[in-house]
Amino acid sequence: MSAPAPNSTAPKIMGAEKIKVIVSNIVPLNDLVTRFEFKRTDGTIFPTFSGGAHTMIEMQDGDLKRMNPYSLMSDPAERDTYAISVRRDDHGRGGSLFLHQKVQVGDTMTLSYPVNLFSLDLRARKHLFIAGGIGITPFMAQIKQLNAANGKWELHYSCRSPELGSYVDELTSKHPHSANVYYDDQKQFIDLHTLLDGQPIGTHLYVCGPKGMIDWVRKTAAAAGWPKAHVHHEEFLAPKPGKPFAVRLAKSGLAVEVGAHESLLEAIERLGVEPPYLCRGGACGQCETDVLESDGTFIHRDHWLEDYEHASGTKIMPCVSRFEGKTLVLDR
Amino acid sequence: MTIQFNDETFRDDYSFHNSQRAIDRFPFPFHEDSYMYSVNMEQHQGGPADSIYEKRFDVDEHYVAEMRDRAMVLADDPLRCQSLPHMILAGWDLLELIMVSKSEDYPDLFELHRNGNKWHWINKPMGIEDHFVFMDETTLPYGPMEYITRQTQGDFCVLDQREDNLWMDAGTVTTQADWSLDFDIGMNFFEWHAPVPLAHEKGIFKRALKFLLSIQQGAPARRLNWTMTVNPLLDTSPENYHKWGVQKNTLTLENLGSKQHLRVELQTFFRLPRSNALVFPIRCYLMSFQDIVSKPKWGRRLHRVVRDLPEELATYKGFIDNRSMMLEFLARYDDGLPTSFGVWPDEQGTPALQK
Repeated sequence: MSAPAPNSTAPKIMGAEKIKVIVSNIVPLNDLVTRFEFKRTDGTIFPTFSGGAHTMIEMQDGDLKRMNPYSLMSDPAERDTYAISVRRDDHGRGGSLFLHQKVQVGDTMTLSYPVNLFSLDLRARKHLFIAGGIGITPFMAQIKQLNAANGKWELHYSCRSPELGSYVDELTSKHPHSANVYYDDQKQFIDLHTLLDGQPIGTHLYVCGPKGMIDWVRKTAAAAGWPKAHVHHEEFLAPKPGKPFAVRLAKSGLAVEVGAHESLLEAIERLGVEPPYLCRGGACGQCETDVLESDGTFIHRDHWLEDYEHASGTKIMPCVSRFEGKTLVLDR
Repeated sequence: MTIQFNDETFRDDYSFHNSQRAIDRFPFPFHEDSYMYSVNMEQHQGGPADSIYEKRFDVDEHYVAEMRDRAMVLADDPLRCQSLPHMILAGWDLLELIMVSKSEDYPDLFELHRNGNKWHWINKPMGIEDHFVFMDETTLPYGPMEYITRQTQGDFCVLDQREDNLWMDAGTVTTQADWSLDFDIGMNFFEWHAPVPLAHEKGIFKRALKFLLSIQQGAPARRLNWTMTVNPLLDTSPENYHKWGVQKNTLTLENLGSKQHLRVELQTFFRLPRSNALVFPIRCYLMSFQDIVSKPKWGRRLHRVVRDLPEELATYKGFIDNRSMMLEFLARYDDGLPTSFGVWPDEQGTPALQK
């Protein structure tokens, strides 16, 4: 063991570094989606980022501290402003409603440094993007990044209706040959088989959208013989509300009741215990926690653990998964 | 502070030497009287004043001579610097990171003036001044990674991140501890670490990879590693083993203090913003045994570490044949007194050698 400095502690990754911002613009795009733009409060420029990166936005909603990840959809080369687009979820836990209803221009908020869990594979000869609804946001930044570098891309974007087609006008007017839009209400659907069949060798496929769409694209690509390493997806889950349950933390010797509208991770953090995290959406694996004792049923919702790990009852991802039963003891 | 750059060599007559300042700030890597692998990471966010941890890219008295040595290695063997085609963006990321860091951390030595994409770079110690267009390779004499790493001490591995792994897809490697970029190029994290003994069994690499994959922008990390080198050679590459390997046979008890060097690597890790790649600079610090034992605590401890190191590690680090002679030399500087915890020499509180 060689420690570079005395008293050094191993660094803990509890989210990325933070940036204080002021809400500089709020632009409603349609009935469901609103764009929020931010400037730094200290007047300096933002770090540049890679297309596909997200930022974790902290919201102080009364006594509740909410943290939701949103894809950065502004131009990565634009250092004055960061922008996110938020779809209102009337049945969620309230993060998007808070942004839509309570946040105003001039408010100060905290963003995290960009974190990319949905990066472009820069070896690709061509990037094929499949977007569903609000899943368009990471591609907005990736398209700008690729255009600046003369990268080759093609977008197939499925929306419910022209009224709810966020950024359709911008995409089709700037990129009439690369951006293809499909409207559900006009019975227009992506012909995925034909689309995948016609791609040149070296194409990478990216999908972001509802779970059903991601599964469909991944399965279709796998069946068509696409290498797994050429198929990329991003799906962050918002934690779902559920029945309250009690949890005991063995290492810290604390116990807490997880509220109906609170995630297990948030309840643990409320006690001052800070598990590492990056996505808070069941994808990055950082907050993986060992279960020491349990008597009840796990409600696993993450994409991180393997099926056998879910079945084993020895691990849980506290950012999105819950528990129903008598006893739950975690190694925290 | 103004740095007095040494006129020295890392080959032929080996005129390399450490000043008292360099000895005082040497990154002695052992915090206790024994050594075993660990991930031993900490944040790379500054450190004690004038220590090698203080700046993002430490510049010291060996800078100009090291860059001269790198230019010679690259002239003999251009494959020491390679970049797979998809790593160009990461090369620009690295150029930006180093130019911004050095111009902010050493304003008296380096200047960077940016007007949009029109950049103006001044490197005073090396007498370089260039105007170029950021992201336009045709405006620089080399590719961006090669350009900036010809002006920065340490080896550089630029790692692509995909499929939950890291890939050695670009780098400039001329001061390495017996590994080859040309051999490792395109390999993933487990492949290029395959030759390391003991650590795989301990699960070290799985844990280390998990940590590295989650290093984020704005939060670089660092660790130390070490090995042994006879003569102050920067280029101990497999490509040139026929030149330096035989030098291990030239050690005698009389010349060991000046010829045998402890080689310490400061390894840092930065997430690169535009490419989402990870850069892994490996900065080499050399110090002769006679300079190490000038600090009583370091002398006592080095003897105990070398004595008790498992045979596999002494073999892997390439000094098993010379270990008994090294111990004979070092034993003179170990009187058996206890040593304080931590890497610093603690000269105030440490008793002088009792023999």
